[in-house]
Amino acid sequence: MINLLINDQKVSVQAGTTVLAAAKKLKINIPTLCNHDDLCVAGNCRVCVVEQKGARTLIASCATPASEGMEIHTNTLKVRNARKHIVELLLSEHRADCTKCYKNQNCELQTLANEFAFGDHIFLDLVENKKYNIDRSSPSFIKDDSKCIRCQRCVRTCSELQYISAIAVANKGAHQKISSFHDRPMSHVVCTNCGQCVNRCPTGALVEKTYIDQVWDAIYDPDKHVVVQTAPAVRVALGEDLGYDPGERVTGKMVNALRQLGFNSVLDTDFSADLTIMEEGTELLVRLKKALVDGDKKISLPMFTSCSPGWIKFIEHKYPEFLPNLSTCKSPQQMFGALAKTFYAKKRNIDPSKIVSVSIMPCTAKKFEADRPEMRSSGFKDVDYVLTTRELAVMIKQAGLDFRNLEEAKCDSIMGDSTGAAVIFGATGGVMEAALRTAYEIVTGREVPFGNLNITPVRGMDGVKEATIKIEGCVDDWKFLEGAELKVAIAHGLVNANKIMKKVREGKAPYHFVEIMACPGGCIGGGGQPIPTNMQIREKRMKAIYAEDEHMVLRKSHENPDVIAIYKEFLDKPNSHKSHELLHTHYVERDNY
Amino acid sequence: MEKKGLNKVDLIFEKIEPKEVLIKAFKMTSAEIIQNILESGLKGRGGAGFPTGLKWKYTAAEKSSEKYIICNADEGEPGTFKDREILDRVSNKVHGGMAIAGKAIGAKNGIVYLRGEYRYLLPKLMIELESFHKMIKEIGYEFNIEYRMGSGAYICGEESALFESIEGKRGEPRNKPPYPTVSGLFEKPTSINNVETLVTAMMILQHGAKNFIQYGTKDSRGSKVFSVSGDTPTPGIFELELGMTVQQFVNEFGDGDTKAVQVGGASGFCVPRKKFAETIIGFEGVPTGGSMKLFNSSRSMYNVLHNYLEFFTEESCGQCTPCRVGCQQLLLGVEKVKKGEAKSTYLTELVKLADTMKIAAKCGLGQSVGNAFKSIVGNFREEIIY
Repeated sequence: MINLLINDQKVSVQAGTTVLAAAKKLKINIPTLCNHDDLCVAGNCRVCVVEQKGARTLIASCATPASEGMEIHTNTLKVRNARKHIVELLLSEHRADCTKCYKNQNCELQTLANEFAFGDHIFLDLVENKKYNIDRSSPSFIKDDSKCIRCQRCVRTCSELQYISAIAVANKGAHQKISSFHDRPMSHVVCTNCGQCVNRCPTGALVEKTYIDQVWDAIYDPDKHVVVQTAPAVRVALGEDLGYDPGERVTGKMVNALRQLGFNSVLDTDFSADLTIMEEGTELLVRLKKALVDGDKKISLPMFTSCSPGWIKFIEHKYPEFLPNLSTCKSPQQMFGALAKTFYAKKRNIDPSKIVSVSIMPCTAKKFEADRPEMRSSGFKDVDYVLTTRELAVMIKQAGLDFRNLEEAKCDSIMGDSTGAAVIFGATGGVMEAALRTAYEIVTGREVPFGNLNITPVRGMDGVKEATIKIEGCVDDWKFLEGAELKVAIAHGLVNANKIMKKVREGKAPYHFVEIMACPGGCIGGGGQPIPTNMQIREKRMKAIYAEDEHMVLRKSHENPDVIAIYKEFLDKPNSHKSHELLHTHYVERDNY
Repeated sequence: MEKKGLNKVDLIFEKIEPKEVLIKAFKMTSAEIIQNILESGLKGRGGAGFPTGLKWKYTAAEKSSEKYIICNADEGEPGTFKDREILDRVSNKVHGGMAIAGKAIGAKNGIVYLRGEYRYLLPKLMIELESFHKMIKEIGYEFNIEYRMGSGAYICGEESALFESIEGKRGEPRNKPPYPTVSGLFEKPTSINNVETLVTAMMILQHGAKNFIQYGTKDSRGSKVFSVSGDTPTPGIFELELGMTVQQFVNEFGDGDTKAVQVGGASGFCVPRKKFAETIIGFEGVPTGGSMKLFNSSRSMYNVLHNYLEFFTEESCGQCTPCRVGCQQLLLGVEKVKKGEAKSTYLTELVKLADTMKIAAKCGLGQSVGNAFKSIVGNFREEIIY
């Protein structure tokens, strides 16, 4: 252990602990900006400087390991003056149109300015002298360089967590900026639209592209019938933007709120998540049969899940030779969209051209996905507007709803039923677990051999998880799988996806089925979730997801009554002709830059 | 010469047979070499002046199967051109110095990081390097040197940014600690030394530490190569004993109308005429990596300062706030004051900012911007304002 003094208080920490972490142990708050728990240390904003006795300069507490006998002071005149200067400098290169900024009141620079730099500015405004770009090319987010303070959190996110590096630091000195390959617009580079950078940006330099006004317009258009779906990860995180602690489930209140906002029908992505399991599970079993029994060499294994649009774009850019391995199933959002303007329209006897389909997602990549040209199988744009969890919170605030005191409500019928299997889609390993709950039962006629249906080996925050399930006691149709060991893997965060893909490319991946989610923790840690998101918060949301699952009566996708009904009335059976028409898709190869 | 109090020395460019020194050095233990260098009091000749013996001692103490000697030949400080001359004329001594340093710290590999603009030297250096490798082999010793080219960024002369550059990354300084002696190039213990330092170290072994400390002062031992430029009838490279005053220097090199000398380049200090006599060039006064720029009364010190600030605004790597934004603010600030668009009292705010940069910037670049700024604004305030 290392002993040091911070503000004259003794503290002992493990070797390698930073001064910042040591201070935290003493509950001494040191302001930070470029620091983020998910990312490597940068030490470049310098807001966290403190005074070390005997040192020539101040030291960055986030980047300096504690050492024996160190004497640190975090709040001397020297430190405070330097911090004030640093915040003033940051403000001088930041377009501070705070009252109009989407990040107003959730901006880390603003918080620091309130603490250190209120009143008249000391320094000259540098923003007016520079020509800044606002890049609106991506359907998912806006990159406004005039608000960028070069903390490089986004750059570190993109390379460390997502292994993409669509954005990187360009130029030096006064011209330094966060840029893309050859300064191309974000829509024309490897960016997966995952929004992890958006979630970590301390200012308004990276924000999601909002469609709130368009949705309000639709709601108030008497000619339109507006349906809304909400992804499972939204209900365990929305509360955070409305004054709840992380990990509190607000499912019922959210449904009520959506109704109060004026949506004509409040439905559930859970329904189409269950449908995805039926389609994707069947697809997997068919692939296995063709490969193992028929010896069809053209069948690509392992099969990859296709729910995460960030992951889809990643593989399209980085590993296009493995596109045949992707499940052809659309994501639950897009299955829902295709059915809303066909099955739902027919059933409710509404002209599909009058239906506006809105989805609430923990995700910014879903905005891009909804815009894909493949996603128009209903004859219309299947999903018209995608809002993030954060945008929904904004709408709830705009409407002046007393969210905390809303009654709990349930989703409408037709595409509104949910199971626990669908709910866990929101956490890494959830799609795998849901698929196994159903596929195992189809093949053996029995429930998965795990206590209370909880397939714990596929759960948790490990970056790459592997599991093997032995299949025994098959029913007649699936006898060829008797004794087979189904090998599965799960990865979340594209840096981990890349680890699996490298193995696959090298021919060293023995898996049959692989679940990949673009975001750390899966959708609960999505780019569209409340800010901040970090490991602690992701874990709380994940706990809430599994609690939601446990509290459901139905916990297997094939038991979802709405799913059973739609096969009976409309789709016939999984992977039917109709299913392929509406619920399956194809992918495109993209450039790797 | 004598009467002006300047002692010209011929050490760096002295013609010697490196092979003999190397044979002698390779017979010594690592500790013996380091002891010699420690006794000589040699401080780094790149400008920062870290004791070379200590640097080697720390690196030698690290346990690692792989260590590196880096020769920092990214000579980018405005007004410095002595490493170019050394490499051009006595590169065999540079290579020899690296081998000796390698022996001292236990490294088998050395890399010369050569300033991009010096690429034209490369063909000649490659020939020299080949004969050096041959000689080393003849002696029966194992030490390999490679050359890596810089690409024109001033910041890559900063040791950790230089490592990043060699590693193929964006040249940006790292957080310290860990220091290079513990974790340098490719996270291996690394001793990074200036071109001249390595040659001087070799010459100390040649002549002995006792001879070396006959020159210079207690804080600034020996001699050093100066790059003299500006308003002088005799610009060029001069090797001089350390410890002279600026007055002595100006007596030798000035044009009779010298009003200021910028010692140590853009990141150094500006010494005005009234302080010539009392200012010693060396670690007890104003240190320099070699750059000595003389300005006569025809020069506007506003223009000099503006030029330096433009330089730093361009050459800051841009990663840390105090340096990236601070440089821009200093530059824009003096422009506004000059034009009368900001009050002259704003200079006081800018001086405070320079103080913050000195203690809060991440690396030596940002920390030293204030040197030139404060010494020029402090001594020539009226030239900045009017």
